[in-house]
Amino acid sequence: MNPRADMEVAAEDRFRNDLVSLIPQLRAFARTLCGEAAAADDLAQDAMMKAWDARSSYQMGTNMKAWTFMILRNQFYSDKRRSWRQTQLDQEAAERTLVAVDDPASPLALDELRQALKMLPSEQREALVLVGAGGFAYEEAAAICACAVGTVKSRVSRARRALLAVLEAGGYDRDGAPAGDAMRSILADAERLSGSR
Amino acid sequence: MTDTPDRKPRRRPGEPDVEEARLRQQAIGVKLRQLFNDVVNEPVPDEFLEILRRADEKSAPPSAVGAASGSPTGDCD
Repeated sequence: MNPRADMEVAAEDRFRNDLVSLIPQLRAFARTLCGEAAAADDLAQDAMMKAWDARSSYQMGTNMKAWTFMILRNQFYSDKRRSWRQTQLDQEAAERTLVAVDDPASPLALDELRQALKMLPSEQREALVLVGAGGFAYEEAAAICACAVGTVKSRVSRARRALLAVLEAGGYDRDGAPAGDAMRSILADAERLSGSR
Repeated sequence: MTDTPDRKPRRRPGEPDVEEARLRQQAIGVKLRQLFNDVVNEPVPDEFLEILRRADEKSAPPSAVGAASGSPTGDCD
């Protein structure tokens, strides 16, 4: 048997195992980008397949988690570009869910945070999630988002301020008031206070 | 009423708020990780592994198929 082919098979097995072990993380990241669970799993599956197809371009020993997160993020934005109309609808759906309790069993505070996250601009949300929950350093998050480290830092701090402002203001109105408008003005205030660039 | 003039400069009025904001930020951070980890801890839907398995079979070079993929599961489709 050809020893070189053996090596390739072993490397491929390792790659597959590593990829499988990253699926839970990819699903979590996708969920924060998409919000909706089924769409998020579609995105995570697409990203997983893209990573698998690109396995020959992956450098063993480099940060595979960051590499797959980058693939997932690129996939998310290319899907989004392809269907900006859908994005528009998603935004409306996010605002509608402000007055709907989607999971009565989940603690209110978590639900509020989930809704508040949806209202953040996506570049702030992803920066905050990567650094605040994904376990990435600012430098790694910058590589994943293809931007400067300083930009990630400023997005994270703006996201934090905005979330704080939203949650302080009581988040959202369950009585059917125009919560979307209220949220927008809270976010606009937070943005102004934190001195947008 | 109990304020003494020489204490004022040490204790700026903004400070307690800053401290409180920091604590709230910490609480948000904890919840954010919880939100993320809740999904991480969900069982991975079979679909993911199924898709990968199918892609794997398709991509296996014809000459290596017999040797590489150890057990073609006979019973299940």
